[in-house]
Amino acid sequence: MILGTILLISLISVVVPKSFYISVFSKNSFLDSLVGSLIGSISAGSPMVSYIAGGEMLSQGVGLIAVTAFLVSWVTVGLIQLPAESTILGKKFALLRNLSAFIFSIVVAIITVLLLGVLS
Amino acid sequence: MKFKNKIKQLSGSWYFLLTVILVYALFSILNKELYLSSIGFFNQIIYKIIPIFILVFILMTLSNYFITPKVVIKHLKDKGIKKWFFVIVGGILSSGPIYMWYPLLADLKKKGLSYGLIACFLYNRAIKIPLLPLMIVYFSWQYIFVLIIVMIFVSIVQGILINKLMEVKNENSNSV
Repeated sequence: MILGTILLISLISVVVPKSFYISVFSKNSFLDSLVGSLIGSISAGSPMVSYIAGGEMLSQGVGLIAVTAFLVSWVTVGLIQLPAESTILGKKFALLRNLSAFIFSIVVAIITVLLLGVLS
Repeated sequence: MKFKNKIKQLSGSWYFLLTVILVYALFSILNKELYLSSIGFFNQIIYKIIPIFILVFILMTLSNYFITPKVVIKHLKDKGIKKWFFVIVGGILSSGPIYMWYPLLADLKKKGLSYGLIACFLYNRAIKIPLLPLMIVYFSWQYIFVLIIVMIFVSIVQGILINKLMEVKNENSNSV
């Protein structure tokens, strides 16, 4: 999985021009974090893959807020595991937990980048 | 026949890898320049992360060996504020696939662990100590530190929120 993803990231990084990322991520903090969260939520796999993908996104010019939202939603929102979580822990709980995790990934991204700005 | 059986046994990860390799093979025929650039990029990433991967796998092995579900669950039974502390620490230190934890958490729910604490535990599973060396390759120490602190804080907020929402939901369903 990791090897395949690194191969795919390498291909995408070469094929997709930087201008594409700039057009997708508008530099609007909220919208960028929303897009980052959406991509992270529908992605699956080891967090190791998200760090590599997120790192490469940063080097392609994607903002830190979007990358942070992507990293956080990757590991906190589990769309793939949702059926199992619903069955074992309850549908209401699984839906509320995943929905709130999605919203909080945007909150975490904005607060983290704001705090970094204050600290540096 | 044997080949067909072998194909059937392949997992999704292998299909994914084989598909990507196939795409690379196509590019090597159709666009050699793009293919070589991608391979170059791939080599750069591999050289950057291989030494870190060795450290990550050692840390993961150690954490899998010492921090078993039994050890974590023992502390989740504590009461009061201490319970939140152990839920956070337990979530951070827990290892293995997430679905392995669902039955254990459902069992603890029956024994009195609130939905909020379960949500807090699951949120903190996102913080992976053995993977920190890999994260440092791409992000600064300062960033990782701030992110972890914010995530722990938000996990508590999410826990409290889930407790409130589940209470409201349960009250509504009881009154119907």
